[in-house]
Amino acid sequence: MKIVMPVDDKTMETSVCQSFGRTPYFLIYETETKEHTFIDNSGAASQGGAGIKAAQVIVDQKAEVLLTPRCGENAAEVIKAANISIYKTMNQSVQNNINAYNTGTLPLLTEIHAGFHNHGGN
Amino acid sequence: MEGTKIKIAVLSGKGGTGKTLVAVNLAAIAKNSVYIDCDVEEPNGHLFFKPEQLKRHDISVKIPVVDEKLCTGCRSCVAFCKFNALAYINHKLMVFDEICHSCGGCSLFCPEKALSEREKVIGVVQNGKSEDVRVISGIMNVGETSGVPIIKEILKYANEYQDITVIDCPPGSACTVMESIKDADYCILVAEPTLFGVHNLNMVHDLVTLFNKPYGVVLNKCVQSENPAETYCTEKNINVLGKILFDNELGTINSNGLIAIRQSDKYFDVFNQLLHKVSEEVQHETVVNP
Amino acid sequence: MKQLLILSGKGGTGKTTMATAFIKLSSATAYADCDVDAPNLHLLMHQSAKAIESDYFGMPKAEINSQICVQCDLCRENCRFDAINFDDGYHVDPFVCEGCGVCEELCPVGAVSLKPEKAGDLMLYKEDVVFSRAQLKMGSGTSGMLVTEVKKSMKSAAEDAEFAIIDGSPGIGCPVIASLSGVDMVLIVAEPSISGIRDMERIIETARKFQARIAVCTNKFDTNIEIAESIEAFCKKNNLPFVGRVPFDLEAVEAINKGNSIIDSDSTSGFATRVVYKRTMELLSK
Repeated sequence: MKIVMPVDDKTMETSVCQSFGRTPYFLIYETETKEHTFIDNSGAASQGGAGIKAAQVIVDQKAEVLLTPRCGENAAEVIKAANISIYKTMNQSVQNNINAYNTGTLPLLTEIHAGFHNHGGN
Repeated sequence: MEGTKIKIAVLSGKGGTGKTLVAVNLAAIAKNSVYIDCDVEEPNGHLFFKPEQLKRHDISVKIPVVDEKLCTGCRSCVAFCKFNALAYINHKLMVFDEICHSCGGCSLFCPEKALSEREKVIGVVQNGKSEDVRVISGIMNVGETSGVPIIKEILKYANEYQDITVIDCPPGSACTVMESIKDADYCILVAEPTLFGVHNLNMVHDLVTLFNKPYGVVLNKCVQSENPAETYCTEKNINVLGKILFDNELGTINSNGLIAIRQSDKYFDVFNQLLHKVSEEVQHETVVNP
Repeated sequence: MKQLLILSGKGGTGKTTMATAFIKLSSATAYADCDVDAPNLHLLMHQSAKAIESDYFGMPKAEINSQICVQCDLCRENCRFDAINFDDGYHVDPFVCEGCGVCEELCPVGAVSLKPEKAGDLMLYKEDVVFSRAQLKMGSGTSGMLVTEVKKSMKSAAEDAEFAIIDGSPGIGCPVIASLSGVDMVLIVAEPSISGIRDMERIIETARKFQARIAVCTNKFDTNIEIAESIEAFCKKNNLPFVGRVPFDLEAVEAINKGNSIIDSDSTSGFATRVVYKRTMELLSK
C-alpha cells in the first residue's frame, strides 16, 4: 500500500505539515517494502488553488492512502475522485502515524473544511 | 452643468464614514441623475432609494466545460492554468468553477478543441427608479470572490439615462475602488473626524492623486472638538467641499433607511449647497483640464 | 491557539474599536489586522519597536518587450481583462492584469513574459507581544493570499500563544473568506441601521458557509433602538448567541482620537464592551 503524508522536511524525523495544499514536501511510504521517498509539492508556491495542485501531485504518484491533519474541500474532491482514502493524523510524528495506520487505529478524516478557494487558506 | 455628461465618484478609505449618505443624497438632489452602487459586496444605496419598476438581470462570467469525448488527457490545460482551477484525475478533467478567473486560456489552447465555455452567474444588476433618480445596484452573490466583473457591468449605465452620474464606491483603495473611479470626472472623498478617518483619508487621497483625478473632501460627523480630518486637509491644502455636522436627527433618518433631503429641509439645503459646490468644481476642471 | 475573528460586513461599525478592547482585556499576546486594504489597528495598538518588514508578491503580471513585439495584436485581442492597450506600442496595465498568462502563451515572438510584482508590505512586530499586519499596495487586487500571510506570520511568531485576536476587513469577498480560515469563533459587530442589518445578514451567511461559530453584538445600539431590537430578534430566531449592546458614546470617540481604547475611560460604552467581552470569552471557552 502506497501512503502519502504532507511533511515539513525531507527526513523521517520531520513532523507532519499542518497544511496539505501548502506543504513543502510529501513523504511517500510503501507499507510492504517499507521504502520511502520524498517529493516536492509543486502546489506549495501557487497563488491560489494550492490544494488542487497538491492533490494532483499525489494522485499522479499513484498514492492509495493519504494521512493528513486537514484537507480542504477542493483537494478532497480531487482525492476522492482518484479513490484515495483520507485518514486524519494523530500527532506530529511521521513514524507514529505510519504505525497507527498499519495497526488500523487512524480514523478516517471526516471534517473536510469548506476550503478557502483561491484565498490562499490552508 | 446642462449638456455635459459628468461622473462623480464618492469614496472613502474606510467603511462607515458616510459615503453612501453623501452619494445617495447628492444623486437625489441632483434630480434626473443616475446613482450607481459599486459596493457590490455590501450594496446599500437601494435600501435608501427603494427603487420601483425594478428590472433585474444576472451577471455571469465564463467557465470552461469539457467534452469528454474529445478530451485526450494531454493536460495542456492543467499545465497552463495559473490559478490551478483544473485537475485531471482518473481519465477525467475536473473544473473548479470558483477558482477560475475566466481568462479563457484553457479553451483557447486545447489542441483537441475539447473545451468550451458556459456562463456562470456571480451576481445581479438591479435597475429601477426612485422619483427622478435612476438607481443601479450590483449585488454580488455570497461566496463569490471578485466583484470587478459586476462593477464593470454596472458602470456601463453611467450617463445612460441622465447627464449626472453619482458613483458610490466600495470602501478601501484596492482594485475594486480603482475600477469604480477610473472614468470619473470628479472624486468626493468622505472623511470622518477620527484618527482612523484621517489615516484612511490619506490612503484615498494618494489613490486619487495617483490617478490624477480632481477631488475635494466632505467632512462628515463633525463635532465641537478638534477634527483631525480637517487638520489634515488644511495641512495638505485640500479643498473642503462641505461639512456635515454630527446630528442625531440625521443619524435616525439614515439608520431608518430614509433619504435626508426628502425628509428634511435643513438637509435639502446642505446637499443643495454641496451639489452647487461640486458643480462649480467640475466646471472649473473642464475649463482648466478640458 | 484559539483564534477570535472580529467581522461586521459593513465598515465603520466598530470592529477595530472592539478588537482593541478585546486585546487589552484579554492581555492577548498575539493579534493581527486582516484589513490589509485599510488597516487601522496599529493606530491604537502602539508598538515601540520597529516592524520587521517583508515584501508581498501577488500574482505575476505580464510585461511586453517592445523591442521584440511585432504588433500582431493577438495579446490585446485575447485579453479577457482588457489589460493590454495600444498607443505608441503595446502596454500592459498592471492594475488590471490578472497574470493569467494567455498573452504570454499566444505571443508568436516571445515578447510577453510574466514578471513577479510587489503587491504589498507585511509588517510583523515581535516583542513581548506579536502583532502582524500588512498594507496592500494601492489599486492592487483585494488579496486573500495577503490576509493568509498576515495570519501565518502571526502564528509562526507566536507559537506558544494560547489566544489570538484578529481584526477583519469589511465586505464578504476574498479577504474576508481568507480571514475565516482556521478561526475558532467569529464575533460580528452589527450597527442598528437598515444598511447594518442587511450587511450583517450577508456576513452571517458567508461565515456559515465556512462553518465558523458565530456570536453577535451591536454597537451604537441606542442610535436606533427599534432596529437594534430587531437585530436581537434575528439572532434569537437564527439561534445565534447575542453577546451584548454597546451604546454610542462621544467620550469613546474622543478616547479613540487620542489613540486610547474604549475601555480606558469609565464610560458607559467601555462598561458595555466589558460585558460583550466576558460573554464572548465564555462562549469561546465552551
